[in-house]
Amino acid sequence: MSDKKIRFEIKRQDGPKAAPYWQSFEIPYEHGHNVVSALMKIRETPVTTAGQLVEPVLWEANCMEEVCGACSMRINGKPMQACSTLIDNLTQPIKLEPLTKFPVVRDLMIDRRRMFDNLRKVKAWIDLDGSWDVGTGAPRISPQEWELNYSFSRCMTCGCCMEACPQFGPDYDFVGPAPLGQVRLMNAHPTGKYFAADRLHAIMGDGGLSDCGNAQNCAEVCPKEIPLTTAIGQLGRQVTVQLVKDLIGG
Amino acid sequence: MAAKQKPVTIVVGGGLGGLWATLRIVEAGYPVKLFSLFEVKRSHSACAQGGINACMDLKGQRDSVKQHIIDTIKGGGYISDHPPVKTMCEEAPGMMRTFERMGVTFSRTAEGLLDLRLFGGVKNKRTLFAGASSGQQLLYGVDEQVRRYEDQGLVQKHEWWEFLSIIKDEEGRCRGITAMDLRTMEVTAFPADAVVLATGGLGLVFGKSTNSTNSTGAAAARVYKQGADFTHGEFIQFHPTGMLGEDKTRLMSEAARGEGGRIWVPKDPTDLRDPRTIPEGERFYFLEEWFPAYGNTVPRDVASRAIWKAVKKMGLGIGGQDKVFLDLTHLDKAFLRRRLGAIMEIYETFKGKDPVDHPMEIFPAVHYSMGGLWVDWEKDENTGGMKIGSPRNHQTNVPGLFACGECDGMYHGANRLGANSLLSASFSGRVAGESAGSYLKGLKIKPVSQAVVDSELTRQREINQGLMASSGSENPYALHRELGDLMRAKVGIERDNATLDEALDGLEELQDRAENIGLGEKSGWANASLPYARQVQDMIVVGKIIAKSARMRDEYRGSHYKPEFEVKMPEDAYPGDPKYDDYIAKWKAGNDKWLKATVASHTPDGPAISYKPVDTSVLPPTQPRDYR
Repeated sequence: MSDKKIRFEIKRQDGPKAAPYWQSFEIPYEHGHNVVSALMKIRETPVTTAGQLVEPVLWEANCMEEVCGACSMRINGKPMQACSTLIDNLTQPIKLEPLTKFPVVRDLMIDRRRMFDNLRKVKAWIDLDGSWDVGTGAPRISPQEWELNYSFSRCMTCGCCMEACPQFGPDYDFVGPAPLGQVRLMNAHPTGKYFAADRLHAIMGDGGLSDCGNAQNCAEVCPKEIPLTTAIGQLGRQVTVQLVKDLIGG
Repeated sequence: MAAKQKPVTIVVGGGLGGLWATLRIVEAGYPVKLFSLFEVKRSHSACAQGGINACMDLKGQRDSVKQHIIDTIKGGGYISDHPPVKTMCEEAPGMMRTFERMGVTFSRTAEGLLDLRLFGGVKNKRTLFAGASSGQQLLYGVDEQVRRYEDQGLVQKHEWWEFLSIIKDEEGRCRGITAMDLRTMEVTAFPADAVVLATGGLGLVFGKSTNSTNSTGAAAARVYKQGADFTHGEFIQFHPTGMLGEDKTRLMSEAARGEGGRIWVPKDPTDLRDPRTIPEGERFYFLEEWFPAYGNTVPRDVASRAIWKAVKKMGLGIGGQDKVFLDLTHLDKAFLRRRLGAIMEIYETFKGKDPVDHPMEIFPAVHYSMGGLWVDWEKDENTGGMKIGSPRNHQTNVPGLFACGECDGMYHGANRLGANSLLSASFSGRVAGESAGSYLKGLKIKPVSQAVVDSELTRQREINQGLMASSGSENPYALHRELGDLMRAKVGIERDNATLDEALDGLEELQDRAENIGLGEKSGWANASLPYARQVQDMIVVGKIIAKSARMRDEYRGSHYKPEFEVKMPEDAYPGDPKYDDYIAKWKAGNDKWLKATVASHTPDGPAISYKPVDTSVLPPTQPRDYR
């Protein structure tokens, strides 16, 4: 057995209003560890490198397969999914921090309620008469259109894009890239289109589309490679058309 | 006179089942309080990759709903009640149309219609899919509809709350729940008139599984301890090709075998050379040798058992460990990228190795629980199916408590067909919601007494206080690992009674030790060890249900394999041959004895096992499965 180690520097915070502090941990190296599996190891006997037994580090994880979006954190300074980030690909000591754009609950766990609230704000749904069978499905969708839609429908509300966006944060109103991607998706659906104007109006005022500073960080950090900047561009055109329609009372 | 108060309904769990139930309760005119351990959008339904079955018959194969029913019942070893299966398959196409209207991004044909793919255990293309993330897409479809109702004030979400127990009144009726706020750790009582439990699977009882970290089965165990029965507990599906991980065993799709992947081990288990340098003559392709006709493409259960045999019985696991190779490296690279690109990416993401150049290491993984809370249903004598709208449907034996999704045990019998789980999760959620609506409509009961509420609240608070104050020596995380190791080793793919007895003893011991848990965490804010400790205690309860149910069933059916009691189909013998007729006689005798559903009921001394007859009216079991 080698005495190779995996070393962590973890930013901790005991509660939403507590002051953050750093602690170091190390565990024996094992091939195949990802950030979550390593955190699980630390959790069992949370002793710092200095030999101090401390409260276990809190973080969020669920599916462990990069489809649920729970385990977002800053890893070596970059917002990422901890479950799919392999230790072997990281420089050590590995620095773990909570996302900075959302309130910290404790340690690496954050409260992303605002993202879900924003999905409500932009009406990211199709208006159904009800969830019963009406004997027919939705109109046809071409495979090409499907492919574009599918890239947006994989958004797991993980918050990495919001973290990377310079315009989004506790001091700004900007709705953020992820909800905009959902507006793009819903507006493209053959019946979702019927209420496109409502969604556009929701992103036309303060904190809406025009707050985007075009930094393009969002698409870059998205773990699902969702073309968010494309969505924002398309919505820009939709909003312009909507403005004209509103003006002429269309 | 005071205005009539609207009944309060609670749904616990926000995966496909819970969200469907929520929609249908709201649409019946009742507001819903929706409880979840996390934001509902992160539920385990998102993990299903393959797809969802419904007879759409869009591939010119004359697929029929009847065939879907037959495949489901036969695949399940006949042992689920047939009428609910019949109705589920009949209603499936309508549900797909509804999902499509919700905006679910189902994959498309060149004509823009719903595309279908072929799945295991069936002859026709019947599986709708959405890229490689079907479950995620279906979940998001209903999540968005629930958000729409939330926006209208009809749904109130309680996310980051853990369900602890139901509140039962003097007559044994479910009158609400107690739950713990996972931030403040405060326990609160929520009186209600109907409760729907949609709390998912229990893979974590086996430590590592393909399930999410929250699929512990703890919620089901909690209501079981309060009197709800648990059925089909012995039936656990193993997926043959799980990727090994420190944290979980992720699914490697069976498409890897379907496209030409070969399973092998070095003949010498101590041979640790780079697998690519091991000469052909020193490899053992055991599936190909044992099953010359099918080779590597034998069905899931057969493959799982063969790998188990090679590793556990013959000691041939690579390096003496629980793993074998699933090898694609002999196949054309361009072909692999085209046909298996998405799947291989998953392996590379989590294992850091490209399967094009490196044989994958796999081992069967716990994947799905066919068993779950026993739920009632009402027969429609006109159709022979389940009577839609009946308040009996999906109600547990505790009046007012309903269950749906993987935490109920209604549809899959002894084994589940691929792509039937997203269907049963959705359909059962819908039916449970409709059923709860019917139940509320006819309900005339007094408000629950404060004494009943207070006593349950006190009981739950005391459990928490006990754990927080305990200086016990048992670490909940270590205890969970031990539980998983025990369950995988002794209640696994191949079972025998002596080992199951050991398992039951081991579980008893773990249960005692779990009374002596000490939390290494004293924080009163967002304490993760406290709920974890309680989950571990309840996972042991689930483990006992599974082990005891398995111990009592002396036969081989579906996923429950006890070689000692296997009635083997004679090779090369067909109807008319006395050898075959003799086998049929034995098979029928086995059915006469064992075609009945296990029901586990909680007692202070552990699970009491009884049996319920199975309604086999749709497809009377006259012939065994014969895939020859």
